[in-house]
Amino acid sequence: MRTVNLRIVALVLLALLAAAPAAGLGNYTLHLMVMALLWGFIYTSWSIMGRLGMVSFGHGAFLGIGAYGVVMMWNLWGVSPWIGLVVSLAVTLAVALMIGWPCFRFRIVGHYFALVTLALSEVVRLVIVGLRDHTGGSLGVTPKGALTDGASMSLAAMQFSSKVVWFYLMLACWLAALYIWHRVDRSMQRMALEAISEDEDAAASVGIDVSRTKLGITLLSAAMTCVGGALYAQYQLYVNPETVSGIGISLQMVFGVIAGGMFVMLGPTVGAVFLLLLSEGLRVLVGNEIHGVDTTVYGLMLILFIIYMPKGILGKVVERFGARAPGG
Amino acid sequence: MEFLDIFLLEAVLNGVLLGGLLALLALGLNLVFGVIDVVWICYAELIMVGMYCIWFLYAKLGVPLAIAMPAGIVAVGALGAAMHHFVIRPVLAAEPINQLLVTGGVLFFLQAAATVAFGVEFRNIGVRLPSLAMGEMSFSVARIVAFGVAIAAIAATYLFLSRTFIGTAIRAISQDRTIMPLMGVNPSRIYLMTSAMGGALAGLASCLLVLQYDVHPAIGLSFGPITFMICVLGGLGNLIGGFVAAFVFAQFISVGGFFFQLEWGYVIAFAFFIVVMFWKPEGLLARRR
Repeated sequence: MRTVNLRIVALVLLALLAAAPAAGLGNYTLHLMVMALLWGFIYTSWSIMGRLGMVSFGHGAFLGIGAYGVVMMWNLWGVSPWIGLVVSLAVTLAVALMIGWPCFRFRIVGHYFALVTLALSEVVRLVIVGLRDHTGGSLGVTPKGALTDGASMSLAAMQFSSKVVWFYLMLACWLAALYIWHRVDRSMQRMALEAISEDEDAAASVGIDVSRTKLGITLLSAAMTCVGGALYAQYQLYVNPETVSGIGISLQMVFGVIAGGMFVMLGPTVGAVFLLLLSEGLRVLVGNEIHGVDTTVYGLMLILFIIYMPKGILGKVVERFGARAPGG
Repeated sequence: MEFLDIFLLEAVLNGVLLGGLLALLALGLNLVFGVIDVVWICYAELIMVGMYCIWFLYAKLGVPLAIAMPAGIVAVGALGAAMHHFVIRPVLAAEPINQLLVTGGVLFFLQAAATVAFGVEFRNIGVRLPSLAMGEMSFSVARIVAFGVAIAAIAATYLFLSRTFIGTAIRAISQDRTIMPLMGVNPSRIYLMTSAMGGALAGLASCLLVLQYDVHPAIGLSFGPITFMICVLGGLGNLIGGFVAAFVFAQFISVGGFFFQLEWGYVIAFAFFIVVMFWKPEGLLARRR
């Protein structure tokens, strides 16, 4: 009974969300919703592996490959971002395999895994900066505009001037990510991975192929993050090595998930909404004159969160009301 | 003789000078990790705070450098102790990854607080030490001073740890943290002292860096990752390993930067790090247990 009710509530909320653009929201509100969905999608992708004990500080690498891969192929060779996305995905999978396989094979876990992946995301950032003749270095780069003669969208160039199109695109991706999260949550792999994160030797002794199971989840998570990077680049029409790769964004992803709640399906999304509202709210409150106030509060809150609320906002709520979160 | 280019030799020697400085950076982080078992992701941000301290005292208030620099060291040492007390202590029993993350929160906080306080502009203290010409090569005096001071500080730390009573207690705690309280050592006091010492070493590093680089809120991001990589490469908590790894890394950066560009030197160094992690996950010189 209870699950049926929850399902109905979820569907109604989803319908309301899907109808939101029709309610005549301003461009700014719509932009916030698009960003929340996008980051919700990316954070959910990260949490698929993070919640199973593989805390990666290197997802900035995959985000960077997705964003820059698509923009560079479009700008340099005129390759459609759709094809660019496929190529970027292939590169992402190759990189994830190159890093993941030895890590899992040689049992690099915990701190060491975090720091190896951190090195990876720095490598990607530095390569982008180092190729400054093509990528524009730290100044970032803008994909060449395809919307000439007042056209409102160019499907081939993945450029849409209407935020409503982006809203539905992001909504679809976000729902897909939740579905994948749910599938992973219900799969044997998840059982296997939970066993692995508790005790690798014991897991191996009952016949779990530790490296392979971890690798599968890592490839999935990396690929989704790469898609997120490409969507970010095409939506913002501007990418910068600092905002899509390197230590800053990689840490931010981890924090977003922790703030929302790593072990609940909607936790990463709550984290994304929370961080977005926090930074936008502070920006409105403090104004643009003083730089850094929002991040100061943000850093302080992260410290407090990890000390006092390690399960995150949604995790805490779920715990408090003893409700079984969908799939949780 | 073409291979032994004079400029290549200059790059190698500059790499050695850089290595001394990186070794000092790694020392403080390694000391804290070895004793408390927590990686301070924000270590380079502590250095940034020290640089701002010195810049503010010297360039803004006109305090002489001879006072501003020790004041910077004390301030960062106090900051290290405060960070341990308010941030690390509450999560000592938590999962290691939460400890890593909480210091990441400190990273954001310090970086943003510096932006609020001083803006995003690059600041320098306006002291430019001359260059020393040796034949066709030239070396910046600031780098030579940094190298000398760093090596002296490392030697002093080593003597402190091996010759004094407190140093012995610190080493003992890092070897067995369960048995030492039974021997009458108060671990929380040792932790606090180690954190203050780690902070003071960061403060010392900031004195040396402020002579060579402009300070800005994001400067920690250019030293931070390289410092962890060095510590991990040398085996986290292994002071001698970190020392050796710093010189290896500095050569990659300096010589790589000589052949290509500075970023590529870093890329090669990081790639080398990743490969070594696969080959020897415990670091080049694994910590003796």
